[in-house]
Amino acid sequence: MDNSVSSQDSIVSVRNLSFSRGNKKIFDDISLDFQRGKITAIMGPSGTGKTTLLKLIGGQLFPENGSITVDGEDVHKLRRTELYELRKRLGMLFQSGALLTDMNVFDNVAFPLREHTHLPESMIRSLVLMKLQAVGLRGARTLMPNELSGGMARRVALARAIALDPMMILYDEPFTGQDPISMGVLVHLIKSLNNILGLTSIIVSHDVHDTSAIADYIYVLSGGKIVGQGTPQEIQQSDSEWVQQFMTGAADGPVHFHYPAKDYVDDLMSTGKRY
Amino acid sequence: MQHTSTQDTLVGLFVASGIVGLLFLAMQVSNLSSFIDEDSYTITARFENSGALKVKSQVSAAGVKIGQVVGINLDPKTYESVVQMSIYSKFNTLPDDTTASIFTAGLLGEQYVNLEPGGSDIYLQKGGKIEITQSAIILEKALGQFLFKSAEEKK
Amino acid sequence: MIQIIQNLGKSTRTSFTKLGRATYFLFQTISGTFGILLRPRLLLNQLYSVGVLSFLIITISGLFVGMVLGLQGYYTLSDFGAEETLGVMVAASLVRELGPVVSALLFAGRAGSALTAEIGLMKATEQLSGMEMMAVDPIKRIITPRFLAGLISMPLLAGLFSAVGIVGGQIIGSGLLGVDQGVYWSQMQASIDFHDDIINGVIKSIVFGFVASWIALFEGYDAIPTSEGVSRATTRTVVNSAFSILGLDFILTALMFGDN
Repeated sequence: MDNSVSSQDSIVSVRNLSFSRGNKKIFDDISLDFQRGKITAIMGPSGTGKTTLLKLIGGQLFPENGSITVDGEDVHKLRRTELYELRKRLGMLFQSGALLTDMNVFDNVAFPLREHTHLPESMIRSLVLMKLQAVGLRGARTLMPNELSGGMARRVALARAIALDPMMILYDEPFTGQDPISMGVLVHLIKSLNNILGLTSIIVSHDVHDTSAIADYIYVLSGGKIVGQGTPQEIQQSDSEWVQQFMTGAADGPVHFHYPAKDYVDDLMSTGKRY
Repeated sequence: MQHTSTQDTLVGLFVASGIVGLLFLAMQVSNLSSFIDEDSYTITARFENSGALKVKSQVSAAGVKIGQVVGINLDPKTYESVVQMSIYSKFNTLPDDTTASIFTAGLLGEQYVNLEPGGSDIYLQKGGKIEITQSAIILEKALGQFLFKSAEEKK
Repeated sequence: MIQIIQNLGKSTRTSFTKLGRATYFLFQTISGTFGILLRPRLLLNQLYSVGVLSFLIITISGLFVGMVLGLQGYYTLSDFGAEETLGVMVAASLVRELGPVVSALLFAGRAGSALTAEIGLMKATEQLSGMEMMAVDPIKRIITPRFLAGLISMPLLAGLFSAVGIVGGQIIGSGLLGVDQGVYWSQMQASIDFHDDIINGVIKSIVFGFVASWIALFEGYDAIPTSEGVSRATTRTVVNSAFSILGLDFILTALMFGDN
């Protein structure tokens, strides 16, 4: 474990985590730390369980081994009500936005406030408009989720995630499938929310360029292991072949272009089999 | 959620119409109304044989329904059928020499109790007894008698 | 051969674990009841989408079923010169059997499949997960009000179905075919018993509403969160609901009307 991150000021610490789905090992004894007030990115190719890690941190999945501590509390030893109390202090931005489709933008952002507080409707209105203003969608409050573009839906979801003023936001692939402009908007939002509101952010992404632009610290995962970690500069200059392939997007390298198969010539020559 | 009030109205209408439907079944379709509406008093009659008479069979006088059977029991000593009938209170002028007969409505219809008022000035009270009764006609018996008689006549 | 036995064992195991999940799901759903009673707005919204939107199909079907019963019953009964018992026949078959059963089948097709698709899509689009991460229990917030709405709507819909059907039978019987209107009603009232027929019919419809809502919501909640998974779950809802309703109807009928 790299000692450049001390666990005292880390808001989330993952220790010796193992998790598998079926026979596939998603995480194999990994340990990570996320510092308070910083933007930490978890990167890696698709299918390495980055989203799974967020669900483990949020207590939606249970690990086979190891522990996850969030703000001093072991997530998987909490009772249900305590876990729900903890989740009120977390915001999560899902890849799809996960907006409630039967409510308009305003009601979506108001949803956590109405569920968890007994504020009068006038105050909820002001709060919702403030959050929507922060993501620049105050004018879109009467639209329904199916009328929003992907980037707008994510911004509404972001407004909803900060509705209860959480201490930390988990972003699940915030940049995937965005056009350059909405990508730029999201990058700017994540950065400025983190600085202005004093949040801690965890970003799960495979988008190398934009993520390294805002992250303070990066973990690179592959095959259930941490293959690289450090500040964006350190990662760029990493001497690991694997990390280099991932950062530059080379087609072949330690991660092979070909799915494992038997010898090509042999395969072509063997006749009489259907597959 | 802009259309909250119309939605409320429709839900209200739906629930109301559902309740109206159930009330309609209870009051108009079933025999519940005959329990609720009318005060009644009970009288008994003893029959040699009450045939296929059942609880809730109709009790009528001159073809008009005036009550219903509420109990049928066997007297363990006399082996007679004791039929309790509940008569609506508005028909409280049945003379005490009324005749009770068990008739069948049509060839295949249900059996019912028919009361034939007599000429007495004393009326039946709550718990009163009808003395003169005529048993149910049992089809097999009647047929048997008829066949027996016609056989004798031929001799 | 061994393969067949293995498959049998496997499907037994999966169906038992599914039954276990469904039971746990039901308990969680019911445990949310109190919370919903404090927020009647949630229930009201669901009564709209479960009850009001099924209203039309139920009443129209009820009317036609009653009219068909009137026609068929008249032709059959008039062979025996017993047309005056048409009212009894129409009412008894509707109140005891057709009302609860047919309206429950229609309910499973109309409201049940919609519920499964809705919950399944909410799962597929991470709305349920998202709610969990917002510290809102999706079962209590989403499932329980829908379940209660189904439970409340079903007896009302079945009652409507029977009532409309009896009127439909009367329209055909005395309006078209010449059974005396008074006889239609009076024979009916003399034969249909409030407790044995009406109450038992209502009990049946409550049981069917319970089962149909439970199946629909569980299939949605348990669906594989892809579009294919949701469409399969919707089909399963209709098939499983129909089987359960008809099977339970047999059992309930045997229990209720067996000792007559």
